[in-house]
Amino acid sequence: MSEIHSETALQTAYVRTEMLAEQAPPVTVSGPIKWVRENLFSSIPNAVMTIVSVYFIYVVLAAILPWMLNGIWDAGSLAECREIRDARGGSGEHGHDVACWAVLVDRWDQLMFGFYPSELYWRPILAFTLFLAAILPVLYDNLPRKLLILTAAMPFICFWLLWGGSIWAPTLVALGFVLGWAVMKFAGPTVGAMTGTILAIVLPIFYWLFALGPLLDVFNSVAPIGIQAVASREFGGFLLAFVIGASGIILSMPLGVILALGRQSDLFIINKFSVIFIEVIRGVPLIVWLFTAQLLLGYFLPPGSNFDLMVRVIIMVTLFSAAYIAEVIRGGLAALPRGQYEGADSLGLNYWQSMQLIILPQALKISIPGIVSSFIGLFKDTVLVVFIGLFDPIGFSNAIRADTDWNGIYWELFIFIGLCFFICCFGMSRYSQWLERKLATDHR
Amino acid sequence: MATITDPPAEGFRLSQLIYDTRYRSMTIQVVAFILIMAGLIWLVNNAVQNLAALGKDFDFGFLGNRAGYDINQRLIEYTNNSTHGRAAIVGILNTLLVAVLGCITATILGVIAGVLRLSKNWIVGRLMTVYVEGFRNVPLLLWIIVIFAVMTEGMPQPRDFRGDEPEATMSVFGSVAVTNRGIYIPNVLFTRSLGGNEMSEAADGVPAAVIPAASFGDWALFLAVLIAGVLGSGAIGRWAKAKQEATGVRPPGVFWMRAASILVPAIIVLIALGATLDYPELTGFNFSGGIHLRNALIALWFALSLYTGAFIAEIVRAGIMSVSKGQTEASSALGMRASWTMNLVILPQALRVIIPPLISQFLNLTKNSSLALAVGYMDVRSTLGGITINQTGRELEGMLLLGVFYLATSLIISAVMNVYNNSVKLKER
Repeated sequence: MSEIHSETALQTAYVRTEMLAEQAPPVTVSGPIKWVRENLFSSIPNAVMTIVSVYFIYVVLAAILPWMLNGIWDAGSLAECREIRDARGGSGEHGHDVACWAVLVDRWDQLMFGFYPSELYWRPILAFTLFLAAILPVLYDNLPRKLLILTAAMPFICFWLLWGGSIWAPTLVALGFVLGWAVMKFAGPTVGAMTGTILAIVLPIFYWLFALGPLLDVFNSVAPIGIQAVASREFGGFLLAFVIGASGIILSMPLGVILALGRQSDLFIINKFSVIFIEVIRGVPLIVWLFTAQLLLGYFLPPGSNFDLMVRVIIMVTLFSAAYIAEVIRGGLAALPRGQYEGADSLGLNYWQSMQLIILPQALKISIPGIVSSFIGLFKDTVLVVFIGLFDPIGFSNAIRADTDWNGIYWELFIFIGLCFFICCFGMSRYSQWLERKLATDHR
Repeated sequence: MATITDPPAEGFRLSQLIYDTRYRSMTIQVVAFILIMAGLIWLVNNAVQNLAALGKDFDFGFLGNRAGYDINQRLIEYTNNSTHGRAAIVGILNTLLVAVLGCITATILGVIAGVLRLSKNWIVGRLMTVYVEGFRNVPLLLWIIVIFAVMTEGMPQPRDFRGDEPEATMSVFGSVAVTNRGIYIPNVLFTRSLGGNEMSEAADGVPAAVIPAASFGDWALFLAVLIAGVLGSGAIGRWAKAKQEATGVRPPGVFWMRAASILVPAIIVLIALGATLDYPELTGFNFSGGIHLRNALIALWFALSLYTGAFIAEIVRAGIMSVSKGQTEASSALGMRASWTMNLVILPQALRVIIPPLISQFLNLTKNSSLALAVGYMDVRSTLGGITINQTGRELEGMLLLGVFYLATSLIISAVMNVYNNSVKLKER
């Protein structure tokens, strides 16, 4: 074998016996040049589009970047800003104007907290930190489950921190939920599941309606523990947007699930009421509902009763968002194969068990993108409260402009507000995409 | 042999209402019905008591009273001597105007952005991503205010157009003036109008409505001819298709025949009515003539279009991506060219996915037009739901009518679109 080989090697002198070293591919078919050719200049229309886009980006950035980066951060009024700019020589006949970011520094507290008493700013900040800590175990399920107790307590603590007042009111309201849970847990096994459930719903309602008031008086007179109360009308800026947005999101989710189940239900009356409720709420713009809350809610309450405008707004935003979430979840419920419902029935599970263990986990997973976009919509819609006289960030941008110091300032405030909303909403949508990927169980 | 015996007959016990599934659903429904009815009665009872305490009644008679306020944009004749009812109609027309304009431009923008986002061109794709994410994640109200501020702060004043070397010039061959008071575009006037008098300038110097009553007949005739032309074009298309299916050969020049059937009659009508363009002109401190598109309308229209367009772009992108690649490859294998592949294979399948969410975006746009309030656009919420309520003190009736209007509009749009959706959806056996 080797002899033959050596013979042929002698006869055909040009056969190469060793491998050539690998060569780099030509520059035009690899690396950045290939990428540019394929992605930017693959055809003439493509090349034209690329050039137009680059020119467009250049024009926009050339107009905005110097204006933003050279912005003035340290001034007391717009006039002062302009003096500093003129002193720099930035504004000639053709010179560039510069941003006056000083308005954000000057009015930062108002934009963030509204009229909240400045010595109490630690309370909203603490509440916000607590809120973040409390939603973490909901968002990431690899955190210890014990943290969910903090999540359950969070609404009451945050309420107390934000509005202040007696510590007993939120505590006693929270006790109602504990009462319901205790009845379910301890009385349930002895009196039967069905009676236990009914008791767990009815007892807390009676407790809140009849026992809460007297108990509150007793506790307040015996041990008046509390912090300085802050009225709702002193809330403003992003604090207001976050409070309305977060309350709406927390409250509308369970309501939305119930409405969706009602709309999918076989029970005729419950089904029809859910359909009417959802369609009426969805058919009318939120702004009309907010005006209804402002103008008409008084008509439908017992004569003489009046409650906080902010609470009315939260109720309306919650109902509005719940109707949209109900439709999203209904889509998820309808998308489940019938076999899942039949499988749950054949295991002998009752309605609530099958919903809780089989149907809802799957339906909610399908509906995550829709639910999160409803949440994003709700958070964006919180700016509409400006129309009924609450001072959200946009309301404050108008108020700031009404001040002689900052009369005529537009873009800085708009950019700041827009950026804050963008960060929150974009963050939510990225989280939902991450969650969707994490929960994906179909193997592709 | 096992025999099946009937279950022992038992009398009805009260506990069966809860524990027996045969009766439980009935029990739940009855309880729910009673609770809901009790709640409703409580609300109505409160309302009756409150109204009585305030000395008010529930009456829609105010719609016939004199309104007494002016509306700056009106598609039909209206003065402050007109009734509240007519003010509401003017507002409704304004709402519908901005909704229709917005739906059209949002669809165009959305389709372009959605297709470009899928483009192989990297930079164009990224640019469209920035557009979509930027508009989707910032409140619409902010965009409306920003565009309004751009119009009022960033555009030249009418006086800048004056002089031999003006600072600003009219665009589109000197026919459109973009000023900080709005955009002036040419208007179509009919010199041989069916309605008789052609130029409609109201007697007391109040500028006329956009469509004066006198030229309603002209526009109606034009629209009728246009619709007839479109129907005729459809008929030609069906005839050509039938012929192609029967003989295998498509008749030549179908496209030109269809275009002519729409354009020729419409142009003949316009010439017969003596249509001329009325250009805006600078007179005194302001422009006159033409149609004045106010900043409020421009801001609302552009913001609604851009915002909804971003959502539609995502819908279009999802729709196109939902058509599997095999479909494109199969049509290439059949020897279809790219345009046929798009028109005959991809689009019909993508549309099925696109239409339902597109309907809900149109509904959202219509409802979002109520944000007109932010820029003072006189839509139905500002006339009926705003000034009329303030003047008459009829909150309950006014808000009720407003809600009914929006609800009816939503239901009608979704009904019409559902009919269309049913006609294009996959016919399954």
